[in-house]
Amino acid sequence: MTTTPAPKPAAAGGRAGMKKELPEKFKSYKHVWVFIELERGHVHPVSWELMGEGRKLADKLGVQLAGVVLGGAGEDTRNAVQECYAYGADVAYLVESPVLADYRNEPYTRCMTELVNKFQPEILLLGATTLGRDLAGSVATTLATGLTADCTELAVDADGSLAATRPTFGGSLLCTIYTLNFRPQMATVRPRVFSLPERQDGKSGPVIEYDFKMIEDEIVTKLLQFIPDRDSNKSNLAYADVVVAGGLGLGSAENYQLVKDLAKALGAEWGGSRPLVQRGWIPADRQIGQTGKTIRPKLYIAAGISGAIQHRVGVEGADLILAINTDKNAPIMDFAHIGLITDAVRFLPALAKEVRQRIAPNTRSRLVG
Amino acid sequence: MHIVVCIKQVPDSAQIRVHPVTNTIMRQGVPTIINPYDLFAIEAALRLRDKHGGKVTVLTMGPPMAEDSLRRALTYGVDRAVLLTDRAFAGSDTLATSYALSQAIIKIGQTYEPVDIVFTGKQTIDGDTAQVGPGIAKRLDLHQLTYVSGINEVNLEGKTITVERRAEGGVQVLKSNLPCLITMLEGTNEIRRGSIDVALAAARAEIVTWSAAAAGVAEMGKCGLKGSPTVVKRVFAPSPRAEKAKIIDIGGLTPDAVAAKTLDEIFGRLPTIEKELTAMAQS
Repeated sequence: MTTTPAPKPAAAGGRAGMKKELPEKFKSYKHVWVFIELERGHVHPVSWELMGEGRKLADKLGVQLAGVVLGGAGEDTRNAVQECYAYGADVAYLVESPVLADYRNEPYTRCMTELVNKFQPEILLLGATTLGRDLAGSVATTLATGLTADCTELAVDADGSLAATRPTFGGSLLCTIYTLNFRPQMATVRPRVFSLPERQDGKSGPVIEYDFKMIEDEIVTKLLQFIPDRDSNKSNLAYADVVVAGGLGLGSAENYQLVKDLAKALGAEWGGSRPLVQRGWIPADRQIGQTGKTIRPKLYIAAGISGAIQHRVGVEGADLILAINTDKNAPIMDFAHIGLITDAVRFLPALAKEVRQRIAPNTRSRLVG
Repeated sequence: MHIVVCIKQVPDSAQIRVHPVTNTIMRQGVPTIINPYDLFAIEAALRLRDKHGGKVTVLTMGPPMAEDSLRRALTYGVDRAVLLTDRAFAGSDTLATSYALSQAIIKIGQTYEPVDIVFTGKQTIDGDTAQVGPGIAKRLDLHQLTYVSGINEVNLEGKTITVERRAEGGVQVLKSNLPCLITMLEGTNEIRRGSIDVALAAARAEIVTWSAAAAGVAEMGKCGLKGSPTVVKRVFAPSPRAEKAKIIDIGGLTPDAVAAKTLDEIFGRLPTIEKELTAMAQS
């Protein structure tokens, strides 16, 4: 993240003056926890991204970093515990129970709440995924503590408080939020906002196992079936190395095909800005930006995208941004690295052709379906 | 069946402007709309009512002018509208908001008929937290079903409900009990157009307006700033990047020549990517 300007007094309705007066009962709350999102045998990478960020917070506070693994009994759950150390955890909490085999709000909320009450962490981080957001809201409400959603920056203040910064009003502003007098301080972070830390093999640490007493008969909601997404229509935007996206500057739904053609030539994922989803040119899971996906590719090519603030929020993590736009004053030129002032509709086919000639001279191009 | 839909009046984000000096949202003259995600919740509720009979009540918490969004909701054909408005709610974060709304939902259940389902949108476009729905569910001990993409079956006798819920990498089919809270995913159903008759009736309809006291809010300490554990310390505009984009000069070049120049620039700055792309293309 770039450095932030000097703080200005905010119109925060009288909150800005609230002082830290942590009640006695919370003074024993210590350490940073990361909830490890384990679903259907796989850990969501956002958990490891958070581990990297949690490591920095824990080091600053001089406390331990813990991974919290909930799941059914078995190898996948045990593997997730081992991975916690590889990504920087000092300690892992493990709860194995048949009622935790698949994610359901009721058992997971109860289990996390029990763990927090028993072991008392000062900070609890979760991924802002469908699972993480479903769980975080329930846990925070049960514990009556503060929860800050979709943070883009986490820091520790001079007095040891968590400063959680998030975009608001669709990314037009950023606000820094504290939970001064309640614990744990909870925050969710979207996938790809933070980079994946370097994995280190051969690490280990203590495992604290917790015996969760809930039984299936106590749980009302049942999972009848899980229908996996067909791979053909699943976007992997968030984790792609190269992304090509289009905006309204393309002029028509037909012209969007040019974005797909270039993506095909580059072996890239394709996406677009919010207006394209609203007009039905691309499916919702292909939207990039504040209300869509956050991406972190090495190369991002934006064709005919003006670069509204809510789009910028989702693409700032890219190593290199190439913006193609007829308007040299488009906001995207303020945060792209390379700009081309030209009509994307004319330029994209030429770029796709050049890519095919240079990186795959022997493969015949096929049209994208 | 009786369904409550929680909605929120939000500024139309396409028209938000930030004051360059004070970094505050310039709300004056910015049109307000029903939070777009909430429309899918309204539609889902109306479809259940059309199928099973009963009533749909919309509820919003906000300033007096939030009445506009309730009138707009009435044009879709909901049966009644409740506005929860009180200065004591000012500065509520998601925890305090979910408390106030849950108290009003209890009151709605007592005043009219018991509530079977509470609907909310996935999230709002101004706060974007997706936390209030789960907060209400927890406070009222309702079975929580978030990111619902479809309602397969409601059995009023057996008090059961089966839904499809969007999860990472697939869809969960979940069976739960009523009463429950559902946050509805966007794009899940075609939103109906209100009829002229309904719109005329909506303009004249009575909006039930409750203060905290009228809604029977039990603990005022859980409302507004006092009931909000989170504190907004700073609001600031995103800082501009240190340098603007390097504009590639395309004067007089053919598109092919510009493409070559652009790739040179990309590969010059990202030396590894050329190898990776080539390896990928040949695999």
